[in-house]
Amino acid sequence: MNFGNLPRGAVRMITTLAAAAALAVAPQALSAQDVTEAAVSAPAVQQADAAPGTVVATDTAPAAPAAGDAAAGYTPLGSEWIKGQPVDKGITFQEQYSKDGKFALWMHDVVLLPIITAICLFVLGLLLWVVVKFNRRSNPVASKTTHNTFIEVVWTLVPVLILVGIAVPSITLLARQYESPPADAVTVKATGYQWYWGYTYPDNGGFEVISNMLTKEQAVANGEPHQLAVDNRLVLPANTPIRLQTTAADVIHSFAIPSLWFKLDAVPGRLNERMLTIEEPGIYYGQCSELCGARHGYMPIAIEALPRPQWEAWVRSQGGTVGPQPTAAAPAPAPAATPAAVPAATEAEAEPIPAPAT
Amino acid sequence: MATTAEHFQAHTDDHGGHDADHKPAFFARWFMSTNHKDIGTLYLIFAIMAGIIGGFISGIMRMELAAPGIQYLGYWVELMGGEAAFDANLHMWNVLITAHGLIMVFFMVMPAMIGGFGNWFVPLMIGAPDMAFPRMNNISFWLTVAGFSSLMFSTFVPGGTGIGAGTGWTVYAPLSTTGSTGPAVDFAIFSLHLAGAASIMGAINFITTIFNMRAPGMTLHKMPLFVWSVLVTAFLLLLALPVLAAAITMLLTDRNFGTTFFDPAGGGDPVLYQHLFWFFGHPEVYIMILPGFGMISQIVATFSRKPVFGYLGMAYAMVAIGVVGFVVWAHHMYTTGLDVNTKMYFTAATMVIAVPTGVKIFSWIATMWGGSVEFKSPLVWSMGFIFLFTVGGVTGVVLANGGVDDVLHDTYYVVAHFHYVLSMGAVFSLFAGFYYWFPKMSGKMHSEFLAHLHFWGFFIGVNVIFFPQHFLGMDGMPRRIPDYPDAYAYFNNISSIGYMIMAASMLIFFVNLAYAFLAGKKAGDNPWGEGATTLEWTLSSPPPYHQFETLPVIEDHHDYHDHRPATGPATA
Repeated sequence: MNFGNLPRGAVRMITTLAAAAALAVAPQALSAQDVTEAAVSAPAVQQADAAPGTVVATDTAPAAPAAGDAAAGYTPLGSEWIKGQPVDKGITFQEQYSKDGKFALWMHDVVLLPIITAICLFVLGLLLWVVVKFNRRSNPVASKTTHNTFIEVVWTLVPVLILVGIAVPSITLLARQYESPPADAVTVKATGYQWYWGYTYPDNGGFEVISNMLTKEQAVANGEPHQLAVDNRLVLPANTPIRLQTTAADVIHSFAIPSLWFKLDAVPGRLNERMLTIEEPGIYYGQCSELCGARHGYMPIAIEALPRPQWEAWVRSQGGTVGPQPTAAAPAPAPAATPAAVPAATEAEAEPIPAPAT
Repeated sequence: MATTAEHFQAHTDDHGGHDADHKPAFFARWFMSTNHKDIGTLYLIFAIMAGIIGGFISGIMRMELAAPGIQYLGYWVELMGGEAAFDANLHMWNVLITAHGLIMVFFMVMPAMIGGFGNWFVPLMIGAPDMAFPRMNNISFWLTVAGFSSLMFSTFVPGGTGIGAGTGWTVYAPLSTTGSTGPAVDFAIFSLHLAGAASIMGAINFITTIFNMRAPGMTLHKMPLFVWSVLVTAFLLLLALPVLAAAITMLLTDRNFGTTFFDPAGGGDPVLYQHLFWFFGHPEVYIMILPGFGMISQIVATFSRKPVFGYLGMAYAMVAIGVVGFVVWAHHMYTTGLDVNTKMYFTAATMVIAVPTGVKIFSWIATMWGGSVEFKSPLVWSMGFIFLFTVGGVTGVVLANGGVDDVLHDTYYVVAHFHYVLSMGAVFSLFAGFYYWFPKMSGKMHSEFLAHLHFWGFFIGVNVIFFPQHFLGMDGMPRRIPDYPDAYAYFNNISSIGYMIMAASMLIFFVNLAYAFLAGKKAGDNPWGEGATTLEWTLSSPPPYHQFETLPVIEDHHDYHDHRPATGPATA
């Protein structure tokens, strides 16, 4: 607060208003520069002090991976594995990679969108009809009708029926989203911090992975979209029910992955929980979706879904443990997608990276 | 009843004299005003000024969002007297969105609708000489000004990572408590206290006025729908704002006096704040739109030369919207971890609101149906309202589904939705009402040509701004972020171009105002013809300083098919 600055501020305000007026006349000025240095450098700094890579339990990874074909080490999936990300100039939802997401998308595309489009066009049509038929020239004498019980009942009941029609799939969707995870589901806890995410694996040794946004240069170098790419992804097994829990350490954050139709607030003092099943291995991006302070736009979420054996290898490489029961009892990793998928990891890193979808 | 009205009127005119048009001197008239029309004018001027500031802020935001990257935020930080730094710049973004939301809700739409048009026309339409409590009316206005000053002041003091309050208009804890050090958030909260107190007093004033000061013969079922809308709105204000006051007072004590209402470390719960806020916040959105509904009803009937279709259905639809509006609040909180039954209930309850809203939309169309419709500027704005409000309404039905909201919550789809119902619903009805009543208020005619030009510019502009935001939201772009992945660049750029179209159309509005005051034709008592049947059109334009010294008597022939006799002749 500096009152001495106020007169000067007023002068600047006036110049700014002038600038804004100029702006209104010159559209191209808007897209003029792309000054991102500030945006880029600061997260990097924070990254350095907040997160020395992953927080790993003391042991190094056990040598023998359970799944025979997995490489002993772990290499992050390359950018060719990006599946869930915003589509350039996209006008609809991202492609869905979870069962609930597919059902919800169906509900929107097949039930909601046609209904709301029809209603809007119907109202627009009626208004245009009024313009054409009931303007003063065409219809100099107004009718005196002010009541029509039948039509009033119709326009009350028909919307009720439409809404009931919407409510049925809507309630079904909710019921599906709230199914309880099975006992052998993999538990992961996502903690929101100002301004990064921490992912804990309580059933696998309790190690925590800290996930910070990459700078624009790093993201571009990786072939990943900037503002979405992170240093350490949330690595999850594909085709396995995941008990995803969210909480926060400081203010409210929100864990959101549009391509999995998933959003759950991370609230301090609470542990929210929902089941999530990712159908295919791949990389899925999201962003914090609850205003959480200055760098709210700078704490993206990136999920890396791996076939179960590779995921288990990754857990071990983090110093975690894979309990005796899950490997045997776990549902088989998706056979179709798997074989080609994983071993490519090392080469993928070396390959020139294809640009994210344009 | 008539005696009561005269009694009050005697108090308002301390200078004696029986000239209905005797006006106090400038300072007494505008700074100590107890006259409902003057206070209404003050509210309108205030709302226009707040609207300019709020609209300017949205310009800053669209400028920043026109391309990916952080372009101008550092400049605005320095302009406000802060020091540009990465966090301070991003904090400035949050200050901008917070200020834009609070200004537009509390200091533009509400003062214009209720304080401005409500004050001006409720007494005129019910045949009353003034509001029931003229001095309280004055306090309401000046508290609103004080609240606005407090909010403006907050942007110059530290608020955590930068100057100003960067909490969003929802002021969610704990971002607004432990998450924002410095006095800025305290001033923003205090601003809401003042504006809230002003609104509560305004609500008491309107309820008392409408229940007690209707002209002889004007039963509740003969009141113009605008008066009905203000009555329902006043009840919503009276019941909702104390809850907000309680919630933000708890924020203040959490911030300053060590309480832990919303802090889990002391047994509190951040989600409790959201329940309290939205218990106020959802009725609040109807507070912002209901008076607009009322205005649209008057205007559509006037220019169709037909009484409004389904009068009782229209009135009770507003009552129904008001009542149901109190039991749907948690649809703003679908992602907070509500349990499944709660979500199912709020999904169903929320969709119920579409029914009375649909009744209103169709009744407006039915009013025009068969009418002899004249497309003057107020009606054109009203038709724009009807269509765009429908668009905003149906996306509301999409968002009502708790399961679908899992992906849309806090994305640009929500931003598009509420701007379609507010920036196009509420604001279109404000402009419709403004052009409708401007001749009555000022005694001058505006230019119909400029008003139509303003309409088309604004209509195209806001649609170019907000329609692409549906796409951005479905593609996953979160709200309240100053920078975004490249995939969102295209539609953000279009949206920013739309802002410039809209801004240009607003210049036309101000040119039109200047034209009307400088060169506008004199307005007759009733410039809109035989369709304008409410009482304000029986008075001169502008109306005398004190009107209805002899109360008008509402006769039985002008009723809405409730064949009841008038309550009796005027005793005055």
